[in-house]
Amino acid sequence: MINLFINEQKVSVTEGTTVLAAAKKLKINIPTLCNHDDLCVAGNCRVCLVEQKGARTLIASCATPASDGMEIHTNTLKVRNARKHIVELLLSEHRSDCTKCYKNQNCELQSLANDYAFGDHVFLDLVEGRNYNIDRSSPSFIKDDSKCIRCQRCVRTCSELQYISAIAVANKGAHQKISSFHDRPMSQVVCTNCGQCVNRCPTGALVEKTYIDQVWDAIYDPDKHVVVQTAPAVRVALGEDLGYDPGERVTGKMVNALRQLGFNSVLDTDFSADLTIMEEGTELLVRLKKAMVDGNKDISLPMFTSCSPGWIKFVEHKYPEFLPNLSTCKSPQQMFGALAKTFYARKRNIDPSKIVSVSIMPCTAKKFEADRPEMRSSGFKDVDFVLTTRELAVMIKQAGIDFRNIEEANYDSIMGASTGAAVIFGATGGVMEAALRTAYEIVTGREVPFGNLNITPVRGMDGVKEATIKLEGCTDAWKFLEGAELKVAIAHGLVNANKIMKMIREGKAPYHFVEIMACPGGCIGGGGQPIPTNLEIRKKRMKAIYSEDEHKVLRKSHENPDVIAIYKEFLDQPNSHKSHELLHTHYVERDNY
Amino acid sequence: MYQVENLVKELSNKHGHARESLMPILQAIVQKHNYLTDEAMVEVARELDISAAEVYGTASFYTFLDTQVKGKYVIRVCKTITCSMKGKSDIIHTLEEILKIKVGETTNDKQFSLIETNCIGWCHKAPAILINEMPYTELTPGKVNEIIKDYMHK
Amino acid sequence: MENKGLTKVDLIFEKIDSKEVMVKAFGMSSAEIIQSILDSGLKGRGGAGFPTGLKWKYTAAEKNPDKYIVCNADEGEPGTFKDREILDRVSNKVHGGMAIAGKAIGAKKGIVYLRGEYRYLLPKLMIELDSFHKMIKEIGFDFSVEYRMGSGAYICGEESALFESIEGKRGEPRNKPPYPTSVGVFDKPTSINNVETLVTAMMIIQHGAKNFIQYGTKDSRGSKVFSISGDTPTPGIFELELGMSVQQFVNEFGDGDTKAVQVGGASGFCVPRKKFAETIIGFEGVPTGGSMKLFNSSRSMYNVLHNYLDFFTEESCGQCTPCRVGCQQLLKGVEKVKKGEAKSTYLNELVKLADSMKIAAKCGLGQSVGNAFKSIVGNFKEEIIY
Repeated sequence: MINLFINEQKVSVTEGTTVLAAAKKLKINIPTLCNHDDLCVAGNCRVCLVEQKGARTLIASCATPASDGMEIHTNTLKVRNARKHIVELLLSEHRSDCTKCYKNQNCELQSLANDYAFGDHVFLDLVEGRNYNIDRSSPSFIKDDSKCIRCQRCVRTCSELQYISAIAVANKGAHQKISSFHDRPMSQVVCTNCGQCVNRCPTGALVEKTYIDQVWDAIYDPDKHVVVQTAPAVRVALGEDLGYDPGERVTGKMVNALRQLGFNSVLDTDFSADLTIMEEGTELLVRLKKAMVDGNKDISLPMFTSCSPGWIKFVEHKYPEFLPNLSTCKSPQQMFGALAKTFYARKRNIDPSKIVSVSIMPCTAKKFEADRPEMRSSGFKDVDFVLTTRELAVMIKQAGIDFRNIEEANYDSIMGASTGAAVIFGATGGVMEAALRTAYEIVTGREVPFGNLNITPVRGMDGVKEATIKLEGCTDAWKFLEGAELKVAIAHGLVNANKIMKMIREGKAPYHFVEIMACPGGCIGGGGQPIPTNLEIRKKRMKAIYSEDEHKVLRKSHENPDVIAIYKEFLDQPNSHKSHELLHTHYVERDNY
Repeated sequence: MYQVENLVKELSNKHGHARESLMPILQAIVQKHNYLTDEAMVEVARELDISAAEVYGTASFYTFLDTQVKGKYVIRVCKTITCSMKGKSDIIHTLEEILKIKVGETTNDKQFSLIETNCIGWCHKAPAILINEMPYTELTPGKVNEIIKDYMHK
Repeated sequence: MENKGLTKVDLIFEKIDSKEVMVKAFGMSSAEIIQSILDSGLKGRGGAGFPTGLKWKYTAAEKNPDKYIVCNADEGEPGTFKDREILDRVSNKVHGGMAIAGKAIGAKKGIVYLRGEYRYLLPKLMIELDSFHKMIKEIGFDFSVEYRMGSGAYICGEESALFESIEGKRGEPRNKPPYPTSVGVFDKPTSINNVETLVTAMMIIQHGAKNFIQYGTKDSRGSKVFSISGDTPTPGIFELELGMSVQQFVNEFGDGDTKAVQVGGASGFCVPRKKFAETIIGFEGVPTGGSMKLFNSSRSMYNVLHNYLDFFTEESCGQCTPCRVGCQQLLKGVEKVKKGEAKSTYLNELVKLADSMKIAAKCGLGQSVGNAFKSIVGNFKEEIIY
């Protein structure tokens, strides 16, 4: 143990603990900016400077390991003056149009300014006269360099968590900036639109592209029938933006709020998640049969899940040779969209051209996905507008809904029913677990051999998870699988996806089925989720997801009554001709820069 | 394109594919082609298995690793204090007149680029310039005229 | 304060048989070499002045057998050109100094990081390096040196930025601790020494520490090479004993009208005429990596300051707030004051900012921008305002 003194108070910490963490232990708050729990230490912004007795300069508490006998003071005159200067310097290179800014009141620089730099500022405005670029090219987010304070959280996120480095630090000195490859528009580079940078940007330099006004316009348009779907991970995080602690499930209140906002029909992406399991599970079994029974060498295995649009774009850019391994299934969002303007329209007898399909997603990449030219199989744009969890919270506030005190409500029928299997799509390992619950039962006629259907080996926050399921007692139709060991793997966060892909490329991975989610923790840690995020928060959201699953009567996708109905009435059977037309897609190779 | 690909392959085979080879590879490309094209940076990224944005980010940190078009002869005029005191402006004027370009520009025939640079370590023989890697010192407008004429006939 | 007066010395460029020194050094134990360097009181000649013997001692004490000796030849401080001259004339002594350091700390690999501006030296250095490698092979010492080139970035002279650059990255200084002696280039224990330091160390081995400490003062032992430029009839390289006053220096090198001497380059201090006599050049007074610039009364100190600030604004790596934004504010601030668009009292605010930069910036560059700023503004305020 290391003993040190902070503000005259003694504290003992383990070796390697930073001064910042040691201070936290004493409940002493030191302001930070470039520091982020999910990322490596940078020590760039210098906001967290403290005074160390005997040191020539102040030290960055986030970057300095505690050492024995250290005497630290966090609130001396020197520290206060330097900190005020630093915050003012940051403000001088930041376009402070706070009242117009999307991040107003949700901006870390603003709150630092509030605490340390109110009143007149000494320094000259460096923003004016500079030709700052505002990049609106991505359908998912906006990059506004005039608000960037170069903390490099986005750069570290893109490299450490996502292994993409679509953005990096460029130039030096006064010209230093965060740049894509040679300043190309973000829509023309390797960016997956995952929005993890957006989630970690302390200012308004990286924000989602919002479609709130377009959705209001649709709602107010009497000619339009506006359908909304909500992704599984939204219900366990939305509360955070509306005054709840992380980990509170607000499903019923959210449904009621959406209805009050004026959506004509409030439906659930869970329905199409269950549908995805039927389609994707069948696709997997067919691939296995073709490979094992028919000896077809052209079948690509392992098969990868395709629910995460950030992951899809990652493969398209970085591993295009594995495009055939991606399941051809559209994501639940897009399956829903295609059915909203076909099946749903027919059932409700509404002209599909009058339907506006909106989705509430924990994700910024979903905005890009909805814009893909492939996603128009209903004859229209299948999903018209994608809003993030954060944008929904904004709409709820705009509408003056007293979220905490409204009643809970249930989803509408037709594409509104869900199972626990669909809910867990929101957490890493969830799609795999849902698929196994169904596939195992199809093949053996029995439930998966895990207590209470909880397939725990595929759960949790490990970056890469593996599991093997032995198939025994197969029914006649699936006898060829008798005794086979189904090998599966799960990764979340693209840095972990990359680890699996490297192994597969080198022929070192014997998997049949691999689930990958672009974001840390899966959709619960999505780029469109409430800010801030860290491992603790994601764990709480994850716990809420599994608790929602436990509380469901139906917990297997193939038992979803709306899913059973749609096959009977419309789609015929999984992987049918109609399914392929509406629910499956293809992918394109993209440049790797 | 094909040429760049080959050059980058050749260089990465020579220097290795680890990140530490990035600088020597970029330096060698600049020595050969005067600057780094986007194609070259993408190829380097592929060979070293790093992102193109990182290659650009690293290159743009270093003044000598140009990512904009540069001529065959890059003239860097030292602008730091001693050279500035000892007639840097006259040298710039002379160069601008001979080459018919302004600081920051490249001649149409892509032979010369003219830029200013920070201290090049010839303060005792100021004013000084570099033409590619060669230093020329204790310059006068007359001397500059002769030097550039020599390069024009190279 | 001790004043040794101005004495010319011939140590760095002295012709020696480097093989003889090598044989002598390799006959010594690691501890003996380190002890002589400690005894000599040698401090780093790059400018920061860390005791070389201590640096070697710390690196030697590291358990990891994979260590590096790195020669910092990224001489970029405005007004410094002595390392180029040393490499040009006595590179055998640079390589020799590295081998001795290698022996002292237990490193088999040496890297010279040479600034891109000096690439023209490389062909000659390669020939020299070949014969050096042959020589130490003959002696039977397992050590080799390779050259890595910079590409135009002043900040790479900062030791950890230099490591980053060798590793193929942007030259951005690292957080310290850990220090290079434990985590240096490629994360290995590293002793990084300036070109001149390595040559001086070799000469200390040759002549003995006792001989060395006869030169200089208690705080600044020995002699060093000065790069002299500006308004002087005799610009160039001079090796001088440490411990003279600026006045004595000006008497020798000035043009009779010297109003200020910038000691230590853009990151150093500006000494005005009225302080020439009382200011000692050395660690007890104004330290310098060798850069000495003389300005006579025809020069505008505003132009000097503006030139330096422009330099720092461009050459800051840009990662930390105080340096990236602070440099821009100092530059734009003095411009505003000069143009009359800001009150002269605004300079006081800028001085406070310079004070903050000195204690808040991440590395030595940002921390030293304030030196020139404060000493020029402090001594030549009228020239900045009017």
